[in-house]
Amino acid sequence: MILPVELKELTFVAGGRVILDRVSAQIGAGPSTVILGANGAGKSVLMRLMHGLLAPANGQVRWASANTERKQAMVFQRPVLLRRSALANVTYALKLARVPRAERERVALEALDSVGLAPFASRPARVLSGGEQQRLALARAWALHPEVLFLDEPTASLDPTATREIERVIQAFDAAGTKIIMATHNLGQARRLGDEVLFLHQGRLVEHAGVEQFFSKPASPEASAFIKGELPWV
Amino acid sequence: MQGIGDALGGALRLIASGDPVLGGIVLLSLAVSLSAVVLATLLGLPLGAALAVGRFPGRHAVIVLLNALMGLPPVVVGLFVYLLLSRAGPLGELGLLFTPPAMVIAQTILILPIIAALCRQAVEDAWAEYEEQLRSLGASGFNAALTLVWDIRFSLLTAVLAGLGRASAEVGAVMIVGGNIDGVTRVMTTTIALETSKGDLPLALSLGIVLILLVIAINATAAVIQDAAQRRYG
Repeated sequence: MILPVELKELTFVAGGRVILDRVSAQIGAGPSTVILGANGAGKSVLMRLMHGLLAPANGQVRWASANTERKQAMVFQRPVLLRRSALANVTYALKLARVPRAERERVALEALDSVGLAPFASRPARVLSGGEQQRLALARAWALHPEVLFLDEPTASLDPTATREIERVIQAFDAAGTKIIMATHNLGQARRLGDEVLFLHQGRLVEHAGVEQFFSKPASPEASAFIKGELPWV
Repeated sequence: MQGIGDALGGALRLIASGDPVLGGIVLLSLAVSLSAVVLATLLGLPLGAALAVGRFPGRHAVIVLLNALMGLPPVVVGLFVYLLLSRAGPLGELGLLFTPPAMVIAQTILILPIIAALCRQAVEDAWAEYEEQLRSLGASGFNAALTLVWDIRFSLLTAVLAGLGRASAEVGAVMIVGGNIDGVTRVMTTTIALETSKGDLPLALSLGIVLILLVIAINATAAVIQDAAQRRYG
């Protein structure tokens, strides 16, 4: 188990601007965690620091187990798919994860099936629709059977139908025991998918609370303003 | 002084008659330039990709130098290879001077920087798009570079074509290291230069026409391949 993960005074600076300011929190296994905040609040940077794509200027990310390689995966807002078939995109990830060659295709097909893309296995990935591409990205991450799955605004550039599909897949992964850590600025999505909320405001962690409590009794003026300000139907 | 009409008529008759001398010259030209392109591609694509993805001191200077080498004057390359291969030179014992292999070596050196520099730029642009995803999946360094090269293989065709264009059009390098020996190292461009100065305009012009038609045909084929690939793979 690589969870819980402990964030200690995590600070990130880019171009002289402080993007994240001394964020400390502990995120445990189990409940899915939503990182909520306006654009530019530092959600993406926080996830990238945890995933190891960025290095903090100060502070640290401490996982329970030192070896986190292959135990976490990330799905980005805009999926980057390779110019090969949907299936080959997944087997590529499996190959990098050193899954034995003989097992790759079976594991990849299972993952495609779990997101409803099994019939599209041989289609070139780049000609799939936006929603299908994102589901493929989810399948690619899921195929690795990660302990933690990071999702960075996975539905931000999708239409409502595709968004529902993606949310259904995320719920299924959650139910299967994968820890979901998802960034979003969408309150409805946070409510539907989250069990606990990390609320970021201008690079600072303002609240860390259960979803029910966060939405019904936000403790900070920033959080209540954010909840009121966001249009309820988006 | 013959009129351009006479020269053109003579040229078309020569082409239509399938003149064996003309055919031999065209075939040798193709063999030399295509061999150089294959060699320069095999060396240039990995070199360009490594330069795009690698980070080392002096990288920027190497890129500037490589870009500058795209403008290498063919006669200077010819002279350099001549000095290497001449009897007193370090590789003189190979006895390659005034043979087609010498011409291939010279053209390879001439177009290697073109293919490497254009590949470096293309891979670097792609790297900006793919980097986070590939690092997240655990691909790094050489592995990532290979993935990128394969994924943008159809755009890299343009770099290879630029090299082929340069190789088939240059006269200085092959003239110096090949010696323009009748039936041995005489290629289209050197023959055009020679026959024009001798006054055999129909032969010169017919070679010019064939050269241009070949270049157009090769580029048209490449365009068809790129189009089909774009539709197929997105």
